[in-house]
Amino acid sequence: MKMLKATNIYKQFNRLEVLKGISLEVNKGEVIAIIGPSGSGKSTFLRCLNHLEIIDKGVIEIEGETMVSDDDDGQSQYVPEKEVRRICKKMGMVFQNFNLFPHQTVLENIIEAPVIVNKTNKEEAAAIADELLHKVGLTEKKASYPSQLSGGQKQRVAIARALAMKPDIMLFDEPTSALDPELTGEVLKVMRQLAEEHMTMLVVTHEMGFAREVAHRVIFMDDGEIVEEGPPQKIFGSPSHERTKAFLNQIL
Amino acid sequence: MMEYMSRIIVPILNGTGVTLQLFFITILLSIPLGLILALAKISKFKFLRDMTGIYIWLLRGTPLLLQLFFVYFGLPFIPVIGIRLGRFTAAAIAFILNYAAYFAEIFRAGIQSIDRGQYEGAKALGMTYWQTMRRIVLPQMVKRVLPPVSNETITLVKDTALVYAIGLGELLRAAKQIVNRDAITSPFIVAAVFYLAMTFVITQIFKKLEQIYAVYE
Ligand SMILES: Nc1ncnc2c1ncn2[C@@H]1O[C@H](COP(=O)(O)OP(=O)(O)OP(=O)(O)O)[C@@H](O)[C@H]1O
Ligand SMILES: [Mg+2]
Repeated sequence: MKMLKATNIYKQFNRLEVLKGISLEVNKGEVIAIIGPSGSGKSTFLRCLNHLEIIDKGVIEIEGETMVSDDDDGQSQYVPEKEVRRICKKMGMVFQNFNLFPHQTVLENIIEAPVIVNKTNKEEAAAIADELLHKVGLTEKKASYPSQLSGGQKQRVAIARALAMKPDIMLFDEPTSALDPELTGEVLKVMRQLAEEHMTMLVVTHEMGFAREVAHRVIFMDDGEIVEEGPPQKIFGSPSHERTKAFLNQIL
Repeated sequence: MMEYMSRIIVPILNGTGVTLQLFFITILLSIPLGLILALAKISKFKFLRDMTGIYIWLLRGTPLLLQLFFVYFGLPFIPVIGIRLGRFTAAAIAFILNYAAYFAEIFRAGIQSIDRGQYEGAKALGMTYWQTMRRIVLPQMVKRVLPPVSNETITLVKDTALVYAIGLGELLRAAKQIVNRDAITSPFIVAAVFYLAMTFVITQIFKKLEQIYAVYE
């Protein structure tokens, strides 16, 4: 069984076609880096996977469960909202801008969803939060508010917060793009560690070093399509498409 | 002398009691009602949004005094339901309905000022719309609306004097009666001091609230 299977995803924003038939299968424990020029639809694709965007057409299955599929007229049909929410809970997401809750402390941010959504009792949730904070190296920031943290610390809290829901798949949308260059390392380190623990990860990134060293597979997207995909050595070493070459030349 | 002072102060204190009652009942009921209206105004049901829009337009677009007259003098003449309300009840209803419309707009603007990322962060964690509202959006909204709510609250203290017009014995009316009775000016000054004291306390309370909310951001 695939952890995630997206088939022929189409999405447009007021007639602007942003995804033009994207298909992707992800195995358990696989780390996938999605690269591509700005505006190519990378974020949109990731956001479609956990229902932050509604797709126009296509099929999304998470761990064998269908979240959305085409009906007979080729229109996308989502399963009922409650089901969508249950299926999406298998995925955690980390955003470029963190989206931490500013009115809650670090600890409160992390236990919020376990307590409110999963009805875990507070002590238990706090114990799990402690472990996660230890893991991301922020134990001493437990009582701080997000505004008192650096960007790198915020992003590590955001990762811990997503992990607190015990997802099977983690989606990262340019997790280091909003950070000062000297702060990206601490976030990438946590992500590497997650990869070593065999977390299934989809990472939209401009960090080619990370893609090269950590990803099992690199997807190159351009203009709403997957132009090329393959192991990092292949994509970075001998890309077969002109567009991939042009993109890599430009950024490397 | 002492005795004369008390002949001024006692009626004014009684009037203040009525003013405070009207103030508290209005705040206590118009804030929750305003919140419900704000949520209705941004609901996904167009009908609900439109109805709330019309309500807010009517109540903010006409004088409070007119609304007060309507509830007290106007309602009895409406066929079938025509009811005659007591002065205080009529005043309270007019004030609550009117202030709820103002609070609704303040809350709506506050809710809509919350970054979309907050909803997305919450949704990605599996929270429902109402969980997101209750736990994430509204608590942050409270902080942002404190200054305009403080303004409205101070305005309310002074607006209570409008009920003079339907003969409810509040602070200003009490002062005016003594002025007429004794042909002196000082009751107005005393009344002014009472209003100032009330607005001062409110200002202090909101200052304190803003300090409490200053712990984050
Ligand atoms: N909510 C929206 N409404 C309208 N257009 C949108 C919306 N979201 C994205 N778009 C458009 O869709 C296209 C793809 O955007 P997307 O954010 O997916 O690109 P991206 O590959 O993530 O780019 P970047 O590297 O800059 O993050 C862009 O042209 C963008 O302007
Ligand atoms: Mg993007």
